[in-house]
Amino acid sequence: MIAQNIAFWIIAVVMAAAAVRVVTSRNLVHAALFLITVLIGASAQFIILLAEFVGVTQFFLYVGAVAVLFLFGIIVTRAPMQPADYDNDQRWPALAVSLLLLGVLVALLIDAFGHQEIELSDDLLAIGRSDAVGNSLFRTFVVPFEVVSMLLLAALIGAVAIARRD
Amino acid sequence: MALNQFLILSAFLFCTGVYGVLARRNGVLVLMSVELMLNAVNINLVAFSAFVRDVGGQIFALFVITIAAAEVGVGLAIVLLIYRNLDSPDLDRVDQLKG
Amino acid sequence: MLRNAWLIPLLPALSFVAILLVGKRLPRRGAELGVGAVGASFVLACVAAWQWIDRVEGATGKSEGLRAFGKGVLGGEGGEGGEHAEVAVAPVTRGFTWWQNGNVEFNVGIAIDGLTVMMLFVVTLVSFLVHVYSTSYMEGDRRFTHFYALLSLFTASMLLLVVADNTIQLLVGWELVGLCSFVLIGHWWEEKPNADAAVKAFLTTRVGDVGLMIGIIVLFFAAGTFDIQAINAQAVEGEIGHTLLVVASACLLGGIIGKSGQFPLHTWLPDAMAGPTPVSALIHAATMVVAGVYLGARLYPVFFEGFSIDGGTINVMALIGGTTIIIGAALAFVQNDIKKVLAYSTISQLGYMVMGLGVGAWVAAVFHLFTHAFFKALLFLGAGSVSHSGSHHSFDMKADMGGLRKFMPVTFWTFMIGSLALAGIIPFAGFWSKDEILATAGQNEFTFFLVVGLVGAFMTAAYMTRCVYLTFFGEYRGHGEPHESPRAITVPLIVLAGFSVLAGLVNASALEIEKFKEWVEPTVAFPALEHPEFELAGAALALAVALLGILVSYAYWFRNLGPHGITARNPLARAGYTFLENKYYLDALYENVIVGSIKGAIARASYWTNQRVIDGAVNGVATGAAQVGRFAYDVLDQKAVDGAVNGLAVSTGQTGGLLRYVQSGRVQRYALMLFASVALLSLALFVFSN
Repeated sequence: MIAQNIAFWIIAVVMAAAAVRVVTSRNLVHAALFLITVLIGASAQFIILLAEFVGVTQFFLYVGAVAVLFLFGIIVTRAPMQPADYDNDQRWPALAVSLLLLGVLVALLIDAFGHQEIELSDDLLAIGRSDAVGNSLFRTFVVPFEVVSMLLLAALIGAVAIARRD
Repeated sequence: MALNQFLILSAFLFCTGVYGVLARRNGVLVLMSVELMLNAVNINLVAFSAFVRDVGGQIFALFVITIAAAEVGVGLAIVLLIYRNLDSPDLDRVDQLKG
Repeated sequence: MLRNAWLIPLLPALSFVAILLVGKRLPRRGAELGVGAVGASFVLACVAAWQWIDRVEGATGKSEGLRAFGKGVLGGEGGEGGEHAEVAVAPVTRGFTWWQNGNVEFNVGIAIDGLTVMMLFVVTLVSFLVHVYSTSYMEGDRRFTHFYALLSLFTASMLLLVVADNTIQLLVGWELVGLCSFVLIGHWWEEKPNADAAVKAFLTTRVGDVGLMIGIIVLFFAAGTFDIQAINAQAVEGEIGHTLLVVASACLLGGIIGKSGQFPLHTWLPDAMAGPTPVSALIHAATMVVAGVYLGARLYPVFFEGFSIDGGTINVMALIGGTTIIIGAALAFVQNDIKKVLAYSTISQLGYMVMGLGVGAWVAAVFHLFTHAFFKALLFLGAGSVSHSGSHHSFDMKADMGGLRKFMPVTFWTFMIGSLALAGIIPFAGFWSKDEILATAGQNEFTFFLVVGLVGAFMTAAYMTRCVYLTFFGEYRGHGEPHESPRAITVPLIVLAGFSVLAGLVNASALEIEKFKEWVEPTVAFPALEHPEFELAGAALALAVALLGILVSYAYWFRNLGPHGITARNPLARAGYTFLENKYYLDALYENVIVGSIKGAIARASYWTNQRVIDGAVNGVATGAAQVGRFAYDVLDQKAVDGAVNGLAVSTGQTGGLLRYVQSGRVQRYALMLFASVALLSLALFVFSN
C-alpha cells in the first residue's frame, strides 16, 4: 500500500505540474508535450487503480493517436515555433473562476468522501481485467458501444466535411 | 488508499483545464485544455469504479476516451476552418455574433 | 408451413440480393428472378392461408367433441346457438432472441394469425401481379434491373412488417417500406418534381413515424415487452393504465396518419404518383399505405381501450378517418390527372378503414383493406395500361384521353369493374366491405360517422363516374394511336378484376357467409366486438346513395345536364374550386409557413435577437432616453432639468455599454460566465446545505 501511495504522489505531482504548464506554456509544441505527460500520468494512475485495460487503452489511444493529432493540428495551423503570448485578455478572471471552482470542489469532496478508502485487492484486479471489461462491454453495454461506433463514424465524416477545401 | 486523493487530483486537473479553456487564445490550446478536463473525468470514473467495485465506471471511461477522440477530430477540423477563414487560429477573432 | 412462414419474406429478400448481384447479366435483366421469387412466396402464402383456415375450422369442429386441438386451443366458450362455437385459436409463433441489453430481450420472430395470413395473401398476390405487369410496362427503362431489385426489397420488407411478432421488428419493416417507397417514387429522379415528390413522401411520413416510435416506446414501458401478443393481452385485461394507453394510442395514431395518408398528413400521397404506375399500384394503393391500417388492426386492443371505442362517442381515430373520407373524395373531383384521382380516392378509402377501426368495425375495416387492395390495384394498373398504350405516357384525362373504350376493351371492362367495386355497387367487392363498415357504425350508434360514410359513398360513386367518362367515353383527345396493351399487362388486370368481383363474397353478410370474420378475427387477446346483423334497409340505403352518385355524375357528364360552367359564373363556386384545386392550401401551409419558418428562421431569429433585441434594447434605451431627454428639454424648463436629463441619458448609455460587454460574441467570454455561475451556484449549494 505504501509503495502505491508513493507512486501515486510522485505521479500526481508530475501530472499537476505538467497540467499547469499545458495552460501556461508560451510554446505550442511544448504545451502538447506537457499534455502527453499528463496523459501518460493518468494512464499510470489507472494502472495503480488496477484498471489495466483502461490504462492501456488510455496509453495507446491518447498518447498514440490523440497527441499525434494535436501535433498535426499545430502543423496545419502553422503556429510559430518561437514562444508567443497565447493568453487572452480575460486571463485573471479565468484564474479567479478556476480557483473558486477548485476550492468549492475540494471542499465538497472532503466533506463528502473525507474518510473513504479504496481497497486494492485481488478482486479489484479481477474487475479491471480485459476479459471482465470485454464481457461487460459486449454484453451489458453492447448498444451504447454500437452507438458510440456510429458516433465515431459521424465524427469522421463530419471532420472531413468541415475541413474539406471546396 | 484514500478515495479523495484521486478525486482531488482529478479536481485539480479539471480546474486547470477550465482555466485553459477560458484564458487561452489559440484554438489548439483550448482543445488541449478540454482534453485535460476529459482526463480529469476519467480519473474520477475509474477511481469510483474501484471504490464501488463495479466495472461500469471503467466502461464509461472507455466511452469517454472514444468520444474524446471524436471530439478532437471535429474540434481540430473546426480550428483548421477558422484558421483558413481568418488566417489565424485565434479564437478572439471569432466574434461575429457580438451584439 | 405456418411455422415456416418466415420463408415468405425471405424469398423476395434473397431475390433482391440476387438481382443486385447478377440481375444485369440475365437475359430478362433480373425480372425473372423477381417474378419467380414473389411467385414462390405467393404459393407459400396460399399454403399458409389454407393451413390457417384448416386450423380454424379444425378447432371449431373438434371443440364440440371436447378434444383439444394441439396447444392452439386455449379454451372454448359456448357461442350463441352452439352452431359456431367461439374457440380461441392462438397465433402460431416462432422466434428467437436477437440480442439482449441488460434485462431487455429483443426478439425476432413471426406470429401468424388470420390477419397476418390475409395480409400475406394480399401482398404476395398484388406484388406478383405487379411484377408480371412491370415486365411489359417498364420494358426498356434505363434502370429496369434496379427497379426490380427494389420491388423485391419492398415486397420483402412489407412481408417482414406483416409477420412481425414484436413492435421493433414491425418498426424495422415499416421504415424499410418507407425507404423503398422513397426510392421508387424517385425512380425517374432526373426530373426535379419526381425527386421532390420522393423527398416529400419520405419526410411527411417521417413526421408520423416519430409518433409511432414514441408510441412503441411508451407501450414498452407500459407493458414491459415489445411482444405484440403480450401487449394486446395486457391492454385487454386492463393491466396497463388508461392514461398510458391514451398516450400510446394517440402516438401510434400519428404513425397511421403519416403512413396511411390520413388528414392532415395526406399531402404526400398524390405527389407520390410521380413514381412509375406499378409502384403506385403496389405501394401507394394496395400494400404500404395500408400498413397504417394494419398497425391499427394489429394493436387494436390498445386503440380500443385507449380511445374507449366501445363508448359510442366521437373519438379521434374515427374523426380523422371521417375527415379524410370527405376531404379526399372532394379533392378527387378537381383532378385532371387520372392517377391523382385514384390517389385521392385511395386516401378517402383509407379514411373508411381508419374510421371503421375507430367505430369498432374491426372485421369490416380489415375486410375493406382486403377488397380495396384488389380493386384499387386494378384501377391503378388500368390507368397505367391506358397511359402505356392509349395516351402516349400521359396521365392527363382531359388532354390526352377520352373515347378509349373502343380501342382498349380489356382495359375498359376491367377498369369498369374496378370502378363499380370502388363505388360500392352490388355484387362487387367494395359493396360488401363498405356496407359492413357503415352497418357497424350504425349499430354501434356512431350515427355521425354513418352519415359521413354515406356522403363519402355518394362522392366516391360520382368522381369515379367522372373519371371513367373522361377516360373512356367521348372523343379521343390524344395524339397517339391507341391500341390494347400487351398480354403481360392485361392478364394481371383480368385476374384482379376477378378478385374485385369475387373477393366480397367471402364475407357477404346478406348471404349469411361470414367466413372472413371467422378466419381473420383474432380470438386471443382481443376485445369482444359486436358484429352487426345484416339489415336490408341499411344496405339498400348505401347502394341507393352510390347509385344516386353515379346518376348525378352521369347526368352531368354524359347527358350534359346541370350547372356546367358554374365555376366561371358564380364567384362562390369559383372560390370553392380554387380552394379544392389548391388542396386546401395545406401544401402551402406546410412548405411556406411551417418549413419556411423553421428553415433558416432559427438562424435569422438568433441574428435578429442579437441585432435587434439586445443591440436594439441597448441602443433603443439609450436613444429612447435621449429622446425623452430632448422632449423634456423642449417642453420643460430647459435649464432646470437639463443636467438631470443628460445624466439619465448618459447613465442609460453606460448601462447599455455594460450589457454590450456581456454580449461580446466571444465564446470564451460566455464560457467564463458559465463557469463562474457554476462555481458560485455550487458554492451556494454547499454553504446552504451544510
